[in-house]
Amino acid sequence: MDIVLLSRLQFAVTALYHFLFVPLTLGLSLLLVITECVFVMTGRTIWRDITKFWGTLFGINFAMGVATGITMEFQFGTNWAYYAHYVGDVFGAPLAIEGLMAFFLEATLVGLFFFGWERLSKVGHLVVTAGVALGSNLSALWILIANGWMQFPVGAIFNPDTMRMEVSDFMVVLFNPVAQAKFVHTVAAGYVTGSVFVLAVSALYLLQNRHRALALRSMTVAASFGLASALCVIVLGDESGYTASVNQKMKIAAIEAMWNTEPAPASFTVIGIPDLKDRKTNYAVEIPWLLGLITTRSLDRQVPGIDDLVKLADTRIRRGLIAYDALAKLRSDRGNANLRAQLDEHVGDLGYALLLKRFRPDIEHASKADIANAAQSTIPNVPVLFWSFRLMVACGFWLVLLFATAFYFSATRRLARYRWFLMAAVASLPLPWLAAELGWVVAEYGRQPWVIEGVLPTSLGVSSTSADNVLFSLLGFVLFYSGLAVADLYLMVKYVRLGPDQTIGHPVAGPRDLVAA
Amino acid sequence: MSYELLRVIWWALLGILLIAFAVTDGFDLGSAALLPYVARNDIERRQVINTIGPVWEGNQVWFVLGGGAIFAAWPALYAASFSGFYLAMFAVLTALIFRPLSIVYRSKLANPRWRSWWDWTFFVTGVVPSLIFGVAFGNLFLGVPFGFDAELRFHSEITLLSLLRPFPLLSGLVSLAMLMLHGATWLSCKTDGPVTTRAKAAIPVLAGAFLVLFVISGIWLLALDGYVITSPPAHDTASNPLLKTVILEPRGWLMNAGLHPTLWLAPLLALSGAFAAILARNRPVLAFLGSAAACAATIATAGFALFPFLLPSSSEPNASLTVWDASSSKLTLEIMLGAVLIFLPLILAYTAWVYRVMRGPVQARDFSGDPGAY
Repeated sequence: MDIVLLSRLQFAVTALYHFLFVPLTLGLSLLLVITECVFVMTGRTIWRDITKFWGTLFGINFAMGVATGITMEFQFGTNWAYYAHYVGDVFGAPLAIEGLMAFFLEATLVGLFFFGWERLSKVGHLVVTAGVALGSNLSALWILIANGWMQFPVGAIFNPDTMRMEVSDFMVVLFNPVAQAKFVHTVAAGYVTGSVFVLAVSALYLLQNRHRALALRSMTVAASFGLASALCVIVLGDESGYTASVNQKMKIAAIEAMWNTEPAPASFTVIGIPDLKDRKTNYAVEIPWLLGLITTRSLDRQVPGIDDLVKLADTRIRRGLIAYDALAKLRSDRGNANLRAQLDEHVGDLGYALLLKRFRPDIEHASKADIANAAQSTIPNVPVLFWSFRLMVACGFWLVLLFATAFYFSATRRLARYRWFLMAAVASLPLPWLAAELGWVVAEYGRQPWVIEGVLPTSLGVSSTSADNVLFSLLGFVLFYSGLAVADLYLMVKYVRLGPDQTIGHPVAGPRDLVAA
Repeated sequence: MSYELLRVIWWALLGILLIAFAVTDGFDLGSAALLPYVARNDIERRQVINTIGPVWEGNQVWFVLGGGAIFAAWPALYAASFSGFYLAMFAVLTALIFRPLSIVYRSKLANPRWRSWWDWTFFVTGVVPSLIFGVAFGNLFLGVPFGFDAELRFHSEITLLSLLRPFPLLSGLVSLAMLMLHGATWLSCKTDGPVTTRAKAAIPVLAGAFLVLFVISGIWLLALDGYVITSPPAHDTASNPLLKTVILEPRGWLMNAGLHPTLWLAPLLALSGAFAAILARNRPVLAFLGSAAACAATIATAGFALFPFLLPSSSEPNASLTVWDASSSKLTLEIMLGAVLIFLPLILAYTAWVYRVMRGPVQARDFSGDPGAY
């Protein structure tokens, strides 16, 4: 099999798998801070027990997040060596700062979260829990600054002497609008995941009429925190769409399956069947104006369709070839100012010329047909994006509805009253994970054929190791990860079943429950 | 600050990160490798695991940060070494995936087969990385076959078997003995009862093995050809590894120590650290400091000998990666240095605090009544 395909498969498998654990870590860590805060402020021990119980489940999940995250950090080197060389100067920095500022904090303090209950004061332990949550969230910030740069590579220039991208303005990399929107969208999705987890497990206890004291209190916290977070996800998802429309017009067009440029403001296709052969969307249900409003936030700016974007890519490939030609000649004539000027003029399109490498190694001799093929290759997989996006959004709106209901019931003290609601909460458990994985697909599969949008094609980023090696490691990861998924799920289910009393080692009861008993 | 100085600082920082990893996570790996010997029943095994329970996670970040720092400061080295040593890296990764779970998941169920499976996993994931890190270092002295094309795309003929040459294997054993010694001194500080007795008994054996293996590899190094840059110095130009000439010279790896005799202090410290561990084995904290010094000085010894080489190429020596041509841009090195100066003191402060809170030996009563313990 082809090494590019294998490397991409391995990255997708390991990233999607890692992302099963990250959102829950992000959300639960903050929920632990909230419940422990209540304990410190009120002094009621039930809130410490609540923190300890969810903390145990957090620990089972956290270990998997750490274990699978290491793979991600090292995989850029093992499987994406040319990528690492080409953009390491820019992309490596946020990853390293993530380690320095965030991962160190969360990993060093997490041990005290579990082992420090007896050794620390109440406030001291709360500080530790808050440190873990802060570390996880900062970690997400730096990872998304790195990822945001892959979507929108600002603040960097190509250096022909070193044959790579180098930082020109780090503040621009840091305050990349794509990264900021993605950060809030992603961590809020994590908060939703944590809230749904707490809501669903608590609902299960209420359905079984066990651990009511813990379940009702946990649900109240999850309902309000979840509602705020779910709304945040939607708003920042919209912001992500807007930022993508600045430099990832193809991604937007593919998500919408919009083949032709419509007169502004474009309509939004709620649902339909994208037809790749005739390049149109059948049975489309459209809302007029909406797409234009979401992506351009105006009534007069156009949203370009796929066909026009392919034409633009064609032009950019031709300009990129001029830069590529100058770059090749510069290697034997390093001081030549004319060649340097020629490169500088078209360096922004150099990445487009590199798209041709998939079709022939000697791209300076590319034919008209090669260029046309390369331009066509800038279209990502339209049906997958179209459906992933819609399914993700549907999950998001459902969860807003669920939390709004939960919030209303908790405000009116009816959380335990309606079995249909509790059953809906339990049934919604997988949805935040589904939405998060689909979100990854939309963002990263939708970035194809680029690994760095407009700068480096994915197919060039791979290592020069043998395909057999990658096949071997891919099979290894699939095998190990499947085994570990079984162990993780088994422990989670086991501890949910055991319930808080046995997990903590003593019965959990609130003050009022004690009075009733 | 000059580009040249920044590169030297980042070379030193890379060494410091590796040393911090060896000194902290080193005793985690060493304790794991000692598990079958020092702990003979479930309580004793839990005692060993709970000594590192609260701290292994933070310790391991030194390794992750090392990876991140190589990516940010030495991207060419990151690309070449990680993809070149592909299967070895995969083995390390597998160990690092399974090790956390063997610590956290083991005692969550009472089933003896579950616990025994995770105990073996813990042991193997302690031994394998300890060996591989040493083998990797040994290969640096011999060089590995790789090069770059004109667009600086890395290519290599490295296979897993080609890394398992005699000298690197010896280095692997040095590393294993060193980290197991460090594990033994750690356990003699942090346990009581039979585990401590066994850990103390292991110290002279492990320190002796380390001393012998370390001296043999030193003598062997005299017989190896070292890599030397022969082109005029270019320490502050753009990073491109194809613009220099490199030759192999007998005793080339001793050149730095010849120029700066104070560098001999590093191997001397490594040896005296191990001696100190033997002599002070009944004063556990001193013994621990001795083995920590041995770890630090062993890495420093290798680094001083190799400087300025990061990854020498045996097939195309001119394409070897050095401190002068494998770094990030000056701006990135500056930004990252700023980040290190801000965050490294903070990391050291809260890490020290965590160790202080968790001070004292781990006893059976600490974990038998606590469902949260490992």
